Amino acid sequence: MMEYDVPTQADNAILTFDVVNVRAAFPILHQQVHGKPLAYLDSAATSQKPTCVIEAIDDYYRRYNSNVHRGVHKLAEEATHEYEQARVKIARFIGSPSHTQIVYTRGTTESINLVASAWGDANVGEGDEVLVTHMEHHSNIVPWQMLCKRTGATLVVAPIDKTGTLVMDAFERQLTERTKVVAVAHVSNALGTINPIERIIELAHGVGAVVVVDGAQAVPHMQVNVEALDADFYAFSGHKMCGPTGIGVLYGKADRLEAMGPYQGGGDMIKSVTFKHTEYNDVPYRFEAGTPNIVGGIGLGVAVDYLTGVGMDKIAAYEHELLEYGTAALQQIDGLRLIGTADRKAGVLSFVLDGIHPYDMAPILDRQGVAVRTGHHCAQPVMDFFGVPATARASLAFYNTRAEIDQLFVALKKAKEMLA
Amino acid sequence: MSDDTLTIDEIVENFEFLGDWEERFTYVLDLGKRLPEMDEDDMVEANRVHGCQATVYFKPTVIDADPPVIHFDATADAHIVSGLIAILLTMYNDRTAEQILAVEAEPLFEKMGLEEHLSPTRRNGLHAMIKRIRAIAAHVLAGDLPQQEATP
Repeated sequence: MMEYDVPTQADNAILTFDVVNVRAAFPILHQQVHGKPLAYLDSAATSQKPTCVIEAIDDYYRRYNSNVHRGVHKLAEEATHEYEQARVKIARFIGSPSHTQIVYTRGTTESINLVASAWGDANVGEGDEVLVTHMEHHSNIVPWQMLCKRTGATLVVAPIDKTGTLVMDAFERQLTERTKVVAVAHVSNALGTINPIERIIELAHGVGAVVVVDGAQAVPHMQVNVEALDADFYAFSGHKMCGPTGIGVLYGKADRLEAMGPYQGGGDMIKSVTFKHTEYNDVPYRFEAGTPNIVGGIGLGVAVDYLTGVGMDKIAAYEHELLEYGTAALQQIDGLRLIGTADRKAGVLSFVLDGIHPYDMAPILDRQGVAVRTGHHCAQPVMDFFGVPATARASLAFYNTRAEIDQLFVALKKAKEMLA
Repeated sequence: MSDDTLTIDEIVENFEFLGDWEERFTYVLDLGKRLPEMDEDDMVEANRVHGCQATVYFKPTVIDADPPVIHFDATADAHIVSGLIAILLTMYNDRTAEQILAVEAEPLFEKMGLEEHLSPTRRNGLHAMIKRIRAIAAHVLAGDLPQQEATP
């Protein structure tokens, strides 16, 4: 381990968290790339999967692959049972009062598009405003831009400051009786900023706005309780929380979901169909047209069990200490500028090196076995705000170690040397 | 190219002598440093190659001769991309349309062990640039000299 000047480091969580045991559950981590041990620091893009999730997927296809909600044979019943049980587990995991408030989607992006279409088209009109923040991921900007274009509403952007923190005074002033929707990230993917989501929701509700939370970077890293937050809608992705790709969730308040028309038409979202009229199904099935990602749902249920077993509070504490260690390490590199230095942050280290393009840095880090993301992170307005074309981003998960951060540190030194 | 003595065959040969990735990477960076600077006036939105992680500008000019030759100016803010552009221009710059169409970039990049950089998923604009170079050459060969072309 390197000696960085880690401020106020109480490494209790690091010392007590059994990361060796955790890592044993993730087969992919135990490999070499380009002859170097893999340091996977790209979990904000997608997390790795524990053996239990991989085996659940395998088991489904080997033993009980069948369509859900349709057949009455044994396999169909088991598939339906497991798929619906997963919904119950997910509801419990995020503190949803009922599993009927959990809509399966393809991921956060589809969840947000679903709200923007099914709720937005019916409730947003000309002269209304949709308030987003400057730190949003494109998936929490573009669907609202499209809604505004369809309806004549206006997109309003709440500013951030130099540390990547939402400017709350300005945000408060931008909230008016015209604000119909506040769409905001719980945690910023490009900066790591943890937004004061409870306060945001409280303020938004004060003007009667509906709040749509992009929780993609929050649910994998902290205990989230959607009911306690009082969020109207809360979206997240399975693949960022140890689950399979192509499955995600939209949580909604029961009355909101109940009042919404369908999103897509097709099988499973109907009660009865004639050529004259279709009676739509109950919530949440009304929003789940077609054969769903059955194994994705089941896999996500297993992932939720796994995360619960490790303990979300333990994960949050461990990742926080890892973040402090990583921040201290990167700050020791001359010419390195951290992008996103908010007081409250999740495990995201976005940075640029003076005079070095992230695209030049990436292959050097790769050759040192270090996997980070470079680019605009689907948050071009954030890049514009900080005046950089792109950043490199190391993002942490509970299966990462201080040794991997050391490996990043050494690789960055090497990149500097080669690109000097 | 500022170094007119370096042909693509010589570059390929040089790569054969290089050892590990580090030497090859450094050589690509060196080639990038030799890329002539692009006129600031040409570094405008109309010449921007989109879909790149790096900022890349690319400007083709058809020089009226018999037969016409095509000149390319290009630059990137990332050194590795500049290096790859330098290699590309060594293959294609100031050639006739016929000569351009006779050159296949992929096998040459493969010989240099750089083929991964041509993949569209790399998002460095090279793939788009090659398509564009060939399209312009095809136009010129067909006799319809392109007007101010759109960027690739």
